[in-house]
Amino acid sequence: MGNRCAVIGVGQTKYRTRREDVSIAGLVREAALRALEDAGLTFKDIDAVVIGKAPDLFEGVMMPESYLADALGAAGKPMMRVHTAGSVGGSTALVGASLIQGGVHDRVLVVAFEKQSESNATWALSTHLPFGASLVVGAGGYFAPHIREYIRRAGAPEHIGTLVAVKDRQNALKNPYAHLRIPGISREMVESTPMLWEPIRYLETCPSSDGACALVLASEKAVTGTPAWVHGTAMRSEPIFRADRDTVNPQGGKDCAADVYRQAGIADPRRDIDVAETYVPFSWYEPMWLENLGFCAEGEGWKLTESGATALDGDIPWNASGGVLSSNPIGASGLIRFAEAALQVRGMAGDHQVPDAKTALGHAYGGGAQFFAMWIVGRDKP
Amino acid sequence: MREVAIVAFAQTKHTDHDTGQNEAELIGPVIEEVRAKAGLRDFGFTCSGSCDYLAGAPFSFVAALDALGAWPPIQESHVEMDGAFALYEAWVRLQHGDVDTALVYGFGKSSLGSLREIMTLQLDPYYLVPLGLDQTSYAGLQAGALDAPKETLDAIVRRSRHDGRANPYALDVPDDQPEPPITDGAAAIVLAVREVAEGLVARPAHITGIAHRIEPHYLGMRDLARSTSAADAALAAGVGKGPVDVAELHAQYAHEELILRDALGLGADTVVNPSGGPLAANPVMATGLIRFGEAAQRILDGTASRAVAHATSGPCLQHNLVAVLEALDG
Repeated sequence: MGNRCAVIGVGQTKYRTRREDVSIAGLVREAALRALEDAGLTFKDIDAVVIGKAPDLFEGVMMPESYLADALGAAGKPMMRVHTAGSVGGSTALVGASLIQGGVHDRVLVVAFEKQSESNATWALSTHLPFGASLVVGAGGYFAPHIREYIRRAGAPEHIGTLVAVKDRQNALKNPYAHLRIPGISREMVESTPMLWEPIRYLETCPSSDGACALVLASEKAVTGTPAWVHGTAMRSEPIFRADRDTVNPQGGKDCAADVYRQAGIADPRRDIDVAETYVPFSWYEPMWLENLGFCAEGEGWKLTESGATALDGDIPWNASGGVLSSNPIGASGLIRFAEAALQVRGMAGDHQVPDAKTALGHAYGGGAQFFAMWIVGRDKP
Repeated sequence: MREVAIVAFAQTKHTDHDTGQNEAELIGPVIEEVRAKAGLRDFGFTCSGSCDYLAGAPFSFVAALDALGAWPPIQESHVEMDGAFALYEAWVRLQHGDVDTALVYGFGKSSLGSLREIMTLQLDPYYLVPLGLDQTSYAGLQAGALDAPKETLDAIVRRSRHDGRANPYALDVPDDQPEPPITDGAAAIVLAVREVAEGLVARPAHITGIAHRIEPHYLGMRDLARSTSAADAALAAGVGKGPVDVAELHAQYAHEELILRDALGLGADTVVNPSGGPLAANPVMATGLIRFGEAAQRILDGTASRAVAHATSGPCLQHNLVAVLEALDG
């Protein structure tokens, strides 16, 4: 994986339904300035900028890196724009880290954003090429059948999704940046909301958020402040239309996890990882990814969730920040996972800090559960 | 830095109309051809460039991945930029040391929409898009700023169209149309680190320098008659360290070629765009990558020993990527 790389700055905007007080440029700049402040640096100290976001149709700005170069202090520097569907936030961090691991730069600013209030994300995801029919509306319509298949295979009881929905929103109450902060969130509250895509109820889905997240990455010699060291990075992609592809427990996710664990020296993820920030846009994806990422045997993920192991006070907290279920500026959601993992091992996660977290997993997925991006960050130098 | 070379290049026979192929069908044969030329089936890293706005639908790159037969799952990434920037990402990835080969591709079907107006949507949505500047209009502003003699510009167009007619992949565009043609097409390149490259082909096109820079977006903040970012990228890539036999420039308009020649410090002895360049075939999102391929091809086939490849992004040459390709003695 090349030269050592560390996260030395994290910046987030507050996530909310509409940020009418800022332009798109203002939104990304807010996150970038906070990350620079955290690192004790300014735009002058940055060698290159990498920006990521999900489909350009969400804001109606084509290839917006062009317009955002000024706001991100990129003029005169290299700038890259990443787009790998829902995993893009994670991929953006990996492309930024790659510039340091490859020895090309010493300090890279990584930014991901979505200003979903500029459009309707569900419909932006539902347009299709003139050559084929779109059979679903939005991401929920696409993923619900995969969840139903998971429930059938694992024999999971129907309340598991509700447990995740409640747990992640309870965590969000401890995260000042979280979008959905629902006092008194309970199983009854989740179960009383309308069924959107069987078995996904309204409160079992992610919100539609405006927001941006930024990281400052540094080479070993350029570290300032408190570093979170990158111990492993991996990405995997698989075709969407492969007949024997297992969309419930995708091979790409398993391979990506194996790759990143090998680099970080992780033999047993449940034992060796202290906290995980994973991409769970629909509640049921927690047990599904617990299995896919090797935290338990196949068919056992729902039992881990039910036991409370993934709660903030459990033995392997998942999404201590409240996760995608609580904040979802789509293009940034993956980077927020990677950033929260870094905050945890830097001991800077505030009220949702997992005590003594030394090793954390950041995870993102996208497309038809076919694109995966992951990293392991640690308090100690690899 | 780890030495990396281009070992193979393939492109579609570009068309000026929709042939009914979807993007996966467009890319499939090009990927197969470049695999055959490189003698490789699988790659350590794969990266592509495309733009959803050409197809008017999100995730146009997703189905394209199916053309690769990405199984078992591959290490892959995508930039919403010209494929040339995907090549840059792949070059960076090869610096890590754990993978030795990369596949890069770019594709676009401009025929599906009205490209000139679609390009308006890459401008600042608050202050510039409402002005309704389409691609031709902002190119016109830059041409006005340069104010080159009409005969010089016409000569570039004529030369490009003439060269394009000799290029079996380019279009036959009349000399009296100064704009780049609407084009559908795709291209692919295989990269390999030097030790591997030298075992694959006789004369790999070694990337001895590669760099890119972006400038302020707002046209009023730049001297449109010059390209500072291209000049800076050329300096960082080391263009001036030796003679340049041939340069493939991502100049969609004649005046852009003049600005870029100046920024890159190319002399009269450098042959520019012998393929016909973007004025002879402009499959947006592959056009820049094709410059890398065309420049590399001249090293691979022994007709040049030092070449420059250039790609651009953003309005009026806002963002420029420059690479030096060389034949190195084993």
